[in-house]
Amino acid sequence: MTMEKSVNIMVVDDEEIVRSSLTSWLEEDGYNVEAVESGKKALERLPAKNWDLMLVDLKMPGMDGLQLMEEVRKTHPDMLIIIMTAYATVDTAVKAMKQGAYDYFVKPFNPDDISLTIRKIVDHHKLVQENLYLRKELKKQYKLRDMISKNEKMIEIFDLARTVAKSNSTVLIQGESGTGKELLARAIHDESPRMDAPFISVSCVSLTESLLESELFGHEKGAFTGANSIKRGKLELAQDGTLFLDEIGDISLKLQMDLLRVLEQREFRRVGGSDLIPITSRILAATNRDLKSAIEEGRFRADLYYRLNVISIHIPPLREKREDIPLLVDHFIEKFNIEMGKEIRGVSEEAMKIMIDNDWPGNARELRNVIERAMVVAKGNIITETDISLPSAARGANHRTKSLEEVEKEHIRVVLNENQWNIVRSAQTLEIDRVTLYNKIKKFDLKKEGVTPK
Amino acid sequence: VDPEILQWLRKEMGDCLLATVRTMPAMPVPQSSYEAGRNQYYSTRILKEMLKEVPDDGFKLLGITDKDLCIPILTYVFGEAQLGGTAAIVSLARLRQEFYGVAQDRPLLLTRLRKEALHELGHTFGLIHCTSRECVMYLSNTVVNVDSKGRNFCRHCQLMVSSKTGAGRGQ
Repeated sequence: MTMEKSVNIMVVDDEEIVRSSLTSWLEEDGYNVEAVESGKKALERLPAKNWDLMLVDLKMPGMDGLQLMEEVRKTHPDMLIIIMTAYATVDTAVKAMKQGAYDYFVKPFNPDDISLTIRKIVDHHKLVQENLYLRKELKKQYKLRDMISKNEKMIEIFDLARTVAKSNSTVLIQGESGTGKELLARAIHDESPRMDAPFISVSCVSLTESLLESELFGHEKGAFTGANSIKRGKLELAQDGTLFLDEIGDISLKLQMDLLRVLEQREFRRVGGSDLIPITSRILAATNRDLKSAIEEGRFRADLYYRLNVISIHIPPLREKREDIPLLVDHFIEKFNIEMGKEIRGVSEEAMKIMIDNDWPGNARELRNVIERAMVVAKGNIITETDISLPSAARGANHRTKSLEEVEKEHIRVVLNENQWNIVRSAQTLEIDRVTLYNKIKKFDLKKEGVTPK
Repeated sequence: VDPEILQWLRKEMGDCLLATVRTMPAMPVPQSSYEAGRNQYYSTRILKEMLKEVPDDGFKLLGITDKDLCIPILTYVFGEAQLGGTAAIVSLARLRQEFYGVAQDRPLLLTRLRKEALHELGHTFGLIHCTSRECVMYLSNTVVNVDSKGRNFCRHCQLMVSSKTGAGRGQ
């Protein structure tokens, strides 16, 4: 174990004996020492290395120590400089310290004093290096308000969100459920000049058409049965702020038309009302549906899509950014530790592996719920695999959204491939007759794929 | 210097470094090394004179003196060595309890001398100060530090020394 070799010290003294004795003495401590005889030489050597410390003689012909210090500070304002002098005068000592010398030593030095001082500087140097390293490490994970990621695509999204936050453009956020579309919308709001005005979120999926209409636009007293008083809609409540329309892909065609008109004209009427109310809020929308195919199928108006999709952000699902799983796990643990008053320190290796390998169809939201539950049931201060409760593995095999017919088709295809499309054998395995199998092949439009080795 | 001390040290160094150690005739402290204003001796100058005395079969030369040593920039040194070189010197002056106005303590003096002799010889083997307090190469500018550090090289420093002593004979 030797001391850090990377500490560079420059000795500046016009006396050769001081230069040589100080150099050899410091070298025994493992420092890299270079000695020069004048301030001019010192300035020449300054750019050559990352100097950690300069030991500068006060009285030198030509440029003296204080002048040299002043020059050095112009290019290296943080340079640590120790002034050495043979003449102890309080005046110069005070002057040197005032000009920012780290310390002031009278020659000859007490060896213990100088080595302690340099030791202190080296420790400081180590802390600075460590701090730089940690800062660099920290930078590797990016944050946008409550969102956190080290995924490149997400970092691009964060940058884009910060940029669009400054504008008033409508943003369409797409992504599977649980990917954080609302979090991103909130982040855009919080980063925008509207941050002090309200952020109003409406989930379009949960309301019937008429309810959603009055929810959005509000209603006048007596507009319909049960409308006993004036109600201000979310569009009004979001005045000067941001209105977030979640699950926009789920609204009816009629409401789509109303919304389009409102977005185009930037004004609206309460249900049953006649006064036009101007829209001063910024609209953000989100959906987990594929709006393009919805347009093709006639379930979504193309003109509304283009009106909303001025800026489009697609958040990738968690299974496409698995590197974020450990990061999110830590993030949620920290969050729930505070909320639950717990002191969970982390996750066991096995538990983490299970979570990293999982496909997370419910994305970060599902992960959050799993962590929340695990933290409730965890016995110690580490979450172990027994605390992790994931729906059965079969769920991962894409059976979730399939109809019986789709499963039947898939099963027949697998059996046919297993039997190299031998109809008799496949029919036997399936326990149906050959004609039925032919009919099913025709019905499902199954085709022989490349030979599948058995 | 007390011949008994030298004889004791010769054996200790031989055991530590696994080398043959010889005691050479006493050498006068060169007058050129005397710093009148400080009543001390400039150790680097002594080392220079010592180098002239190194025998042909000598590998390292350790000088022991009662004189108080210094280098121009420091108020005192316990010893000095040529880093990765041949010669080293240790002063007994500040290792003695009497120097600090305390009663004489011979065993303590010997322990300190052994540590400082090993330390300076360590420098001649190219060793720099070690961060381990257990190691004799730990920096010690005060007797308190000398007393608190270990008696021998740490494993790492020992390896460095062993890799070089295999080749030569101690002097």
